Amino acid sequence: MASFTRGFTGRGRAARDPRLPPGQYDTGREWPVLTAEVTPKLSTADWTFTIEGEVDRPTTWTWDEMQALPQSVYEGDIHCVTTWSKLGVAFSGVSLDTLLGVARPRPSASHVLAYSHTGYTTNLPLADVTGGRAWIAFEFDGAPLPVAHGGPARLLVPHLYFWKSAKWVAGLRVLDHDEPGFWERNGYHDRGDPWLEQRYQGD
Amino acid sequence: MTDPADAARRSPWRTATVVAIRDETPTAKTFRLALPEPSSHRAGQHYVLRLTAPDGYTASRSYSVASAPDGTAEIELTVERLADGEVSTFLHDVVVAGDELEVRGPIGGWFVWDADRPALLVGGGSGVVPLMAMLRLARRLGRSDLVRLVVSARSPDVLYYRDELPGPESRIAFTRVAAPGSARPPGRLTPGDFARVARPDATAYVCGSTGFADAASDLLLAIGFPPDRIRVERFGPTG
Repeated sequence: MASFTRGFTGRGRAARDPRLPPGQYDTGREWPVLTAEVTPKLSTADWTFTIEGEVDRPTTWTWDEMQALPQSVYEGDIHCVTTWSKLGVAFSGVSLDTLLGVARPRPSASHVLAYSHTGYTTNLPLADVTGGRAWIAFEFDGAPLPVAHGGPARLLVPHLYFWKSAKWVAGLRVLDHDEPGFWERNGYHDRGDPWLEQRYQGD
Repeated sequence: MTDPADAARRSPWRTATVVAIRDETPTAKTFRLALPEPSSHRAGQHYVLRLTAPDGYTASRSYSVASAPDGTAEIELTVERLADGEVSTFLHDVVVAGDELEVRGPIGGWFVWDADRPALLVGGGSGVVPLMAMLRLARRLGRSDLVRLVVSARSPDVLYYRDELPGPESRIAFTRVAAPGSARPPGRLTPGDFARVARPDATAYVCGSTGFADAASDLLLAIGFPPDRIRVERFGPTG
């Protein structure tokens, strides 16, 4: 498509960072908050995280049990479908490999539906939340994750658009099929790879 | 050879023509766009607008539709000019009527209202845009009874749609400078601003900056709205 916009040259492109996927811009120090629901007030005393569904051992962890597990750090970038990216961030938490290693998905398992304490849901292929690519994150840049950004703990799947990283995560339902979550039912892509610009259904 | 019709089916992008540009405030303009076919948008949805440089570089941003669904091929997008906004400064400073812009949409199926149930609309600053589509829809269908709108703006000169907003459905709250002759002192929204406008069976649609959205949501919770009947759209500092 040879359609370009009259008078538009784009600015700041000399400095365009190779870490930015197509159509994204660097939000710098800002971290926009985008959620569709009221920010919940969750106490770590009541917080739990559950893995259920197509697993051999459905398991629920309390906050203290989660904190007692081995932790790891993600250092890298995050990309929001609304076109901002935040580069060079650090989250720490527990790898989903550790948690799924306890719950043990059955051979039939192919997808997960993550759900939040607010009722928010999002779907992901099981392969996208294994292999060291997904965490239950509860620290951002060395401090407790702010509630506006999903604290006390959120799902972190940084190689996909950030709506997949469910805030205030409460659990994963492991499924033998794909089942669209909240934004996916509302027109957004089922996988959401920012490098392929999988923003909306049909991309 | 690529069949253009086939390419059009594959690409969700459409070329729209700017038919009119109107100032809403000193920093906000409404762009009226003609699409190649009638828009199927619902009140509250947005379009993505994409700028493309001759070498293929693109920048895109989402903008809420301000106009009500009316079966025509024209939509209105209201854009606030952000000082460091790559797309909004271009739209404000360069685009003129007759220019072509690529758009994609309509998008979003959550923050929408089809004039089929009571709604309480709460907007702050530029957050009034998708709510305006809902108010306009209600008025066009003669269903103003279903909708109540509470708008917060810093001062009268930065209020969007200032000639069209006032009406029996709407209440306007200024936070810094009151309207001339207004009995309401300037200040943030209070429970009093929702007196007589909040029907208990309404769904609330809150739109604005993060700070505004959180404050307004807390107010609605405090006056008894259940969280599952509050839909929120937050504007980050995006340009």
